[in-house]
Amino acid sequence: MSPVMEGYNFAYLDEATKRMLRRAILKAVAIPGHQIPFGAREMPLPYGWGTGGIQVTAAILGPSDTLKVIDQGADDTTNAVSIRRFFTRVAGVATTERTSEATIIQTRHRIPEQALREDQVIVYQVPQPEPLSRLEPRRAETKRLHSLADYGLMHVRLYEDIARYGHIAKAYDYPVMVNGRYLMAPSPIPAFDNPKMDRMPALQLFGAGREKRIYAVPPYTEVKSLDFEDHPFRPIRAPHACALCGSRESYLDEVITDDRGGRLFVCSDTDYCSGRVALREAAE
Amino acid sequence: MSVLTPGFADPVLDAQAIFRAVLEAMSRPGRIQRAGAGLQPPAPMMPSAAAVLLTLADSGTTLWQDAGEDAAAWLRFHCGAPFADAPGEAAFVLATGAPPSVAALNAGTEEEPERGATLIVQVAALEEGAGWRLTGPGIEREHRLAVTGLPPDFVAAWARNRARFPRGVDVILCAGERLAALPRTVAIAEG
Amino acid sequence: MYVAVKGGERAISAAHAWLDETRRGDPALPELTVAQIEQQMPLAVDRVMAEGSCHDRFLAALAIKQAKGDLIEAAFLLRAYRTTLPRFGVSDPLETDAMRIRRRISATYKDLPGGQVLGPTYDYTHRLLDFALAAEGAERAEAPQSEVPAGAVPRVTELLAREGLMQREEATDAEPGDLTREPLAFPAARPVRLQNLARGDEGFLLALGYSTQRGYGGNHPFVGEVRVGHVTVEFTPPELGFPIELGEIGITECQMVNQFKGSRTEPPQFTRGYGLTFGHGERRAMSMALVDRALRATELGEDVTAPAQDHEFVLYHSDNIEATGFVEHLKLPHYVDFQSELENLRTIRAALAREAMQEAAE
Repeated sequence: MSPVMEGYNFAYLDEATKRMLRRAILKAVAIPGHQIPFGAREMPLPYGWGTGGIQVTAAILGPSDTLKVIDQGADDTTNAVSIRRFFTRVAGVATTERTSEATIIQTRHRIPEQALREDQVIVYQVPQPEPLSRLEPRRAETKRLHSLADYGLMHVRLYEDIARYGHIAKAYDYPVMVNGRYLMAPSPIPAFDNPKMDRMPALQLFGAGREKRIYAVPPYTEVKSLDFEDHPFRPIRAPHACALCGSRESYLDEVITDDRGGRLFVCSDTDYCSGRVALREAAE
Repeated sequence: MSVLTPGFADPVLDAQAIFRAVLEAMSRPGRIQRAGAGLQPPAPMMPSAAAVLLTLADSGTTLWQDAGEDAAAWLRFHCGAPFADAPGEAAFVLATGAPPSVAALNAGTEEEPERGATLIVQVAALEEGAGWRLTGPGIEREHRLAVTGLPPDFVAAWARNRARFPRGVDVILCAGERLAALPRTVAIAEG
Repeated sequence: MYVAVKGGERAISAAHAWLDETRRGDPALPELTVAQIEQQMPLAVDRVMAEGSCHDRFLAALAIKQAKGDLIEAAFLLRAYRTTLPRFGVSDPLETDAMRIRRRISATYKDLPGGQVLGPTYDYTHRLLDFALAAEGAERAEAPQSEVPAGAVPRVTELLAREGLMQREEATDAEPGDLTREPLAFPAARPVRLQNLARGDEGFLLALGYSTQRGYGGNHPFVGEVRVGHVTVEFTPPELGFPIELGEIGITECQMVNQFKGSRTEPPQFTRGYGLTFGHGERRAMSMALVDRALRATELGEDVTAPAQDHEFVLYHSDNIEATGFVEHLKLPHYVDFQSELENLRTIRAALAREAMQEAAE
């Protein structure tokens, strides 16, 4: 482990900033799915590259935590490496690539395949926390719509998809209702991951740095993907088996292998995949 | 003037540990957490309540408290939070005696319910496994929590607090070095 | 067989080492010093201080060196550093009336108290490349010095206000909002809007200001005055109760004079657009003043029809640190969401193909 950086507070943020974040996080837990504005700080990583998730993680992280950071499901993608290295430098915490060993998992665009437990917290990096932003760019107006629980705009949008394509064509960042009250952006995870959010034993925290908002889903809270009775929500994955571990349940990345149409599919969750490969090799 | 007892031995890491305890309490209503071991705040403030305020209150939050002059001096020195004139104007309300009615506190607005206050109530005892039946977000089926020392009309007042969701007040119950939380979403049925 | 991409950590370290190498350029040439940047690229330093929201010439010059001259990257470095600094207090308001003037011009009066002071400006230079600058070490003729105007230099807007022709800005002791602590909320008060614009991207402000001149929310601006110079920064510690001088900073201030048709409650008069920036930044201060006035449309009862008048549009998109981060984040992997879109598109196309087959068969 590289030495902890001198001259900066534990986990980089000063204590006043952490208190501000912690107050916002507690209110977020108390009002599931509601976006809480917070005074996001400039971080030494760019806006849009996980500053919201980083600030949330920095506010909750302690020396006894074990941190896992994934991007696209993988621990070794460059931005995941960069964020993990940041926390190693500023907090000196233990890190892991194993989902089961982590107490805090910071993620961009995926939920691990392995079910999370009560003693874990998952922190999502969120580019656009407002589920209605594509339909109504004005924040003053979307705040009003949330206060009235007026989500007609979104229902119309989804219904237009059905009229046009025969099904809801939203493949990621698929909007959810939290505890029957707030419409929430699950961050750009594939719709495939949405069901994992429902009644998850782990606490789910969401940080949007550029848009300066925090929200949360407490453990065991209902998270329902929007749908219609005659067009129920259905998660999509590529209809293949992982070329490495053979899984037919996991979410797959498509890899182009040549310029003649050759392709194969592998698990996006690298820890899940390597765990299965190791099990199989041990059995052989 | 009496000498002030110290705050956290390690302001950074102690605050982090207490925050995680409060976060866990708020995320799993009715589960009891330990907080404040080693703190000796002026009476009648309890270690757990003192730890919560040291962790969350500062010059950016308003505080109302009924714990008397020594406690006020201690809080002023360690938290620096400006005192509110009335409970209804405070972000944090510390009740060491009979708590102010939940309905009298700031419940936020429909657009900004996060402005609702956090009420920290000191009670005589907290025990899991008996008493209230709690349901709601954070609870798989049901958590039981026995609270000794709340006013008899608390559960009825709580039902009214919950009915105005998303507006509302969140409560942290403190007993000695133990605490449990009641986010505004939790439903309380008397055991 | 495909093997999952590994070695991200090694790749990052190597890439950053290469970056350092390219920053240094040809090692046969002498290395640029931070002092040289500070002294010889002062306008770049000023822009980085303004957008980096931190007045420190040395740190801004260091950031420019580290960023290889990329000024947005340099402003980002300065901002990220700024957030780690403890805040001891808030200075007293700057008295720009008492500015030590280096340059002061008005476009509304031929002459006025305090005079027109041209100062160091590119205005009226002929933009011809000066090949003499390519030869280093050339002798430089000293600029002639004249008398510095003594005493306070009154502002043009104040002269108009005394005649009742300029809308009065009400002085207030209200604590202004602070974007570095509290996120934007709407409606945004003018102090918060001005803070946002003062840190905003110069190119964005320039384009928006320009758009108002071309009819998108215009209101016939005149440069009441632009003044450039130094002001004293003072701080009043609550325990002392009287101000202490902390030092002085260079700033540029612009007051635009704009027409106003009047409303039910107010007679026709001039209104002002205000711009202020660290260092010497006339383009920035003037653009800011144009946009500030455009953003006052609602409170002055004017129709909001143009982008520059739209609070959310302007204030949410002015910050180049936020903007560059989000635009550039598109470089990050998006395999997962892209894969969802791919499968989605394939499903839709397959359904369409089935329908077409059925129709052909019927």
